[in-house]
Amino acid sequence: MAIALVLVLVVVGSVLFHFLSPWWWTPIASNWDYIDNTIIITFWITGVVFAAVVLFMAYCVFRFRHREGNQAAYEPENKRLEWWLTIVTAVGVTAMLVPGLFVWNQFVSVPSDATVVEVVGQQWQWSFRLPGKDGKLGTSDTRNVSPENPLGVNASDANGQDDVVVEAADLHLPVGKPVKMLLRSIDVLHDFYVPEFRAKMDMIPGSVTYFWFTPTKTGTFQVLCAELCGQGHPLMNGVVMVDTQEDYLAWLGEQQTFAQLSAPQQVGSAE
Amino acid sequence: MVDVTPADAVPPAEVAEMELYHPHSWWTKYVFSQDAKVIAIQYSATATAIGLVALVLSWMMRLQLGFPGTFDFITPEAYYQFITMHGMIMVIYLLTALFLGGFGNYLIPLMVGARDMVFPYVNMLSYWIYLLAVLVLVSSFFAPGGPTGAGWTLYPPQAIMTGTPGGQDWGIILMLVSLILFIIGFTMGGLNYVVTVLQARTRGMTLMRLPLTVWGIFTATVMALLAFPALFVACVMMLFDRALGTSFFMPAIVEMGEQLQHGGGSPILFQHLFWFFGHPEVYIVALPAFGIVSDLISTHARKNIFGYRMMVWAIVGIGALSFVVWAHHMYVSGMHPYFGFFFATTTLIIAVPTAIKVYNWVLTLWRGDIHLTVPMLFALAFIVTFVNGGLTGLFLGNVVVDVPLSDTMFVVAHFHMVMGVAPILVIFGAIYHWYPKVTGRMLNEAMGQFHFWVTFLGAYLIFFPMHYLGLMGVPRRYNELTDMTMMTESAHDLNSFISIMAFLVGFAQIVFLFNLIWSIRHGREAGGNPWRATTLEWQTPETPPAHGNFGKELPIVYRWAYDYSVPGAKEDFIPQNVPGSFGSSREPA
Repeated sequence: MAIALVLVLVVVGSVLFHFLSPWWWTPIASNWDYIDNTIIITFWITGVVFAAVVLFMAYCVFRFRHREGNQAAYEPENKRLEWWLTIVTAVGVTAMLVPGLFVWNQFVSVPSDATVVEVVGQQWQWSFRLPGKDGKLGTSDTRNVSPENPLGVNASDANGQDDVVVEAADLHLPVGKPVKMLLRSIDVLHDFYVPEFRAKMDMIPGSVTYFWFTPTKTGTFQVLCAELCGQGHPLMNGVVMVDTQEDYLAWLGEQQTFAQLSAPQQVGSAE
Repeated sequence: MVDVTPADAVPPAEVAEMELYHPHSWWTKYVFSQDAKVIAIQYSATATAIGLVALVLSWMMRLQLGFPGTFDFITPEAYYQFITMHGMIMVIYLLTALFLGGFGNYLIPLMVGARDMVFPYVNMLSYWIYLLAVLVLVSSFFAPGGPTGAGWTLYPPQAIMTGTPGGQDWGIILMLVSLILFIIGFTMGGLNYVVTVLQARTRGMTLMRLPLTVWGIFTATVMALLAFPALFVACVMMLFDRALGTSFFMPAIVEMGEQLQHGGGSPILFQHLFWFFGHPEVYIVALPAFGIVSDLISTHARKNIFGYRMMVWAIVGIGALSFVVWAHHMYVSGMHPYFGFFFATTTLIIAVPTAIKVYNWVLTLWRGDIHLTVPMLFALAFIVTFVNGGLTGLFLGNVVVDVPLSDTMFVVAHFHMVMGVAPILVIFGAIYHWYPKVTGRMLNEAMGQFHFWVTFLGAYLIFFPMHYLGLMGVPRRYNELTDMTMMTESAHDLNSFISIMAFLVGFAQIVFLFNLIWSIRHGREAGGNPWRATTLEWQTPETPPAHGNFGKELPIVYRWAYDYSVPGAKEDFIPQNVPGSFGSSREPA
């Protein structure tokens, strides 16, 4: 008997917790409110199913609990009921899947006007590279990595000379502009994750992965690594600052290009 | 579609019974035993022992997460070693071994009406190799550098690099060797379970008369035999990468400023191999639980399981589908994004047969005669936690919803609820249910009630709120959460609360273990069939069943496993081996 009451309390408690507890998603700062909407749809459908199943159980336990002289019904099958439940479930599942797939299609289709930013992960820090005036990133290879060339940019590629290199420092992005994050690692798996942007993707040594988003709020956001990358994993924090266009350009002007960063070394070795 | 099978439909014995192996000494009877029941107890005891290690490891983690900075001995290295060993032990060495090696060995021969497994010697070897695998695993705690801290998924390249505990020491090697041994041992047992179910059923025991427990264990074993080879090759290849310097999974890498000798390998290939095993593994644990809980509900509600044939096909369908959903663990792995469309669709399709199972469990309660015994309480709690965990799977399976939630505490909460708490509640229910058959005595009811309430409510309070931490964005596999800007002060308090609940639930398990030992001597005498159940294991001439299980004559099966409360019958159950038609039994056939 206590169990019937507790089952009801589990449902009531869970629903109250969902609506009243202070723990909820971090306010969004990107265009991916579509994802948030899909989560809300999923919460509603699954929440109703959970409450319905558990409350039905609670009712059964209360109503059909053993008492002297009771006998259970004998009903091996009920084709009609079983088919109905199957169909209703399939409809509910479709109602979650279809919007999900639409949004996924948006998530993987990068708008043509997105600017490119490269993120390079290594144990346990973030570096960034932005295309220079030519708008193109130079090629790169882990084999090129050295103390003078920490991101492994291909020195013989003309496109790479004017690339802006931000080593182990904050990334700045202009607000309101779609950006395609190209993700690369030179050692182990990492994952570039900013909770407020909702997007994340693993970075794999030897491959270039990507995701895109549009920052919608200016401010400072914490970058976390979301793929276990060794014992320094929790320390692999970074900062993304979403700026107004002016602030962004001011920041960009202060950064050094790949050619500038490699120049002193070349002079030094010539002497 | 529904008809009555007359008693004379039982086929004649086609082959003579095989001669059983009979032990000649104490050693061959109790230690190097070839009797499936002894092997089952050996498997269960070993799994429980190593499971206790995993329990203690979970306390260590929760100490660190709930009270960061308080316990100096939990260094970052130690923390990662704890989570890795906790996960691997729970999934492989406890759940898989206990469901298949423990329950499979004990219940399959008894429930299908066989004297033993068909290959008793191989069955014995299976256990000893499993024990060796466990010992190798445990030895890594004492090896230089300690056990591996690569996370239970063992993703390369970090798993075999210096930045990960045990990566360039013994830890990862011992882990891989232990897994390889486990798979060899499991394969020996697994072939046994499959062949026994297919070949050694007693007369009249058609496949569609098997109890769902046997269907669950059987299907899970077939799946494990198909899935574990993927893990096997992945382990061998990683062992080569680590020990011989090959590059199956290792691309060009610069580690701490130094170019490594590897090049050309694919880290993501390992993930595909791992999850090709890893997803079916979820159902390898879940399907036996599905089967067992069906029988617990039916027996203790005194009502036939609703929709038996649908239940069987749902088990088989889930088993088959679970081989085409593996990459839903890899939505943010960087694999080709178009995979997301395919795997999200297959993943959500699997929700349909799973939902059917849930409906049929609760519909079995409808108009039942529900005895709220301890096994029944655990079965009810299983439904709650399984529905909860299954539904959050619809978040994570729906590719785009997974993007923000992946690698957060939401995932931790989800998989603990669905494949940790839910199957373990079934294990507890099953132990309370079958302990009287194994020992001849009942487990103590008061201790059982205490154990149930603390475990069920405690586990729910641990994992339900944890989802919301993940929704907030709190990442998993962090030993330090103090610097998270998105975490509010109250979120840290919630973490402490979760830790306290974890200690409480852990301590309740000590009561359970005490009950297991205490009741062997002091439990109430059970008799042969204390739950008045229909299946064959309750109809043995002796309790506990003797060597050979069924005395002189094997039982003959005349009906399905669910003739409870048949109208017109004298009692509210008709055992499977009772001939004749009673009242209006309508066995689905």
